[in-house]
Amino acid sequence: MNVDGIENGIVLDHIRAGKAMLVYKYLHLDKLGSQVALIQNCTSHVMGKKDIVKISEDLDIDLDVLGYIDPGITVNYIKDGKRVEKKTLSLPETLTNVLKCKNPRCITSVEQELPQVFKIVDRTKALYRCVYCDTIVRSEELN
Amino acid sequence: METNRRSIINILDLSVDELDHLMDLADDIEKNPEKYQDRCAHKQLATLFYEPSTRTRLSFESAMLGLGGQVLGFAGASSSSASKGESVADTISVMSNYVDIMVMRHPKEGAPVVASMHTTVPFINAGDGGHFHPTQTLADLLTIRRTRGSLSGITLGLCGDLKFGRTVHSLIDAMLRYPDNKYILISPKELRIPEYELDKLKEAGVEFEETKSLEDAIPKLDILYMTRVQKERFFNEEDYLRLKDTYILTPEKLHNAKSDMAILHPLPRVNEISVAVDKDPRAKYFYQTLCGKQMRMALILYLLGLDK
Repeated sequence: MNVDGIENGIVLDHIRAGKAMLVYKYLHLDKLGSQVALIQNCTSHVMGKKDIVKISEDLDIDLDVLGYIDPGITVNYIKDGKRVEKKTLSLPETLTNVLKCKNPRCITSVEQELPQVFKIVDRTKALYRCVYCDTIVRSEELN
Repeated sequence: METNRRSIINILDLSVDELDHLMDLADDIEKNPEKYQDRCAHKQLATLFYEPSTRTRLSFESAMLGLGGQVLGFAGASSSSASKGESVADTISVMSNYVDIMVMRHPKEGAPVVASMHTTVPFINAGDGGHFHPTQTLADLLTIRRTRGSLSGITLGLCGDLKFGRTVHSLIDAMLRYPDNKYILISPKELRIPEYELDKLKEAGVEFEETKSLEDAIPKLDILYMTRVQKERFFNEEDYLRLKDTYILTPEKLHNAKSDMAILHPLPRVNEISVAVDKDPRAKYFYQTLCGKQMRMALILYLLGLDK
């Protein structure tokens, strides 16, 4: 299957296979007017299989969200058909309005305009803590 | 240290030096009440109680009045603007313009974090759901220090609801900062202490044991901290009814206890301590409320910068 390269925009590479739809959802790519290609299960020498997302727009993407979905993703910025910058990611310190606290006793359950803020507590286990009620969530709870 | 606008949400918001300073101050308040009786003259404390808590609210009010200050506030969400749907943030922003220091109890966990983001005056959490209640822990610490002479080298028994009992978790967090203490955790398996709290004991490398038997544990204890099985923490009435009478402290059970053991309870009790125990000199749970008032006085003075 061939998908054209892009002239200007962003290529999100090395996405763990199966996570491209999460990237699409949490970066709100459905709201874009420009072309977006989502490629699943590409062959990868290193990863076996991987997903790729190509966005033909120089978008200010939320690297924290992306790092949370998969810290192994590489972000390639393309200008005039050439890569001008490559960024690697890590798990973000703080996540705002990505996760939702599931504790029914949390203040965010009744005051829904409050930002949902989580801070990292364990990088190896990808555990985050609600800054209000201290409830711990794991990364796989994102869906 | 910068104390203006300081928020005390969790007992760990206070350093060990600060805890020791507050306890010293409480001791001085007890010895020389007249020295402090006008210290907060013309200062106002707001008590914002979104759920009922007669004891804690009156303790704060009594503390502020004992310092010559004034109090205003509400007791219950129905008598506040929360019943009209006002957010915690808005209430706190408004109250910041009225008073010099604020105390809040709220049924939702994390409400004090929201308050701390919006207050422009010192703020004290007086309990947020099953989460934190730092001034209860201040009362517990002072009671232990006064009855044992120290906060170190103590075998502390915690009995009852160790799962939902926030006072138990806060007390462990605070006592772990003092050396050479041992912990005996007495509860039915359904109300065992949560894993994250056990992890803290393990990480600290302190001696601890879990048991279901109060009788087996009691001879070893310097402090017995009893707790109530709280109905409001259960989603299911059946579970509550099954577990509420698991541990009842009676004079008979105290036969094997040390003669200088102290019995503490955050109150209110339901039936977990028999009334017959009240006459025992080891019963310190009413004295604990006096310690609580004096620690609240000390904390108010400290946060207002009026402790010196």
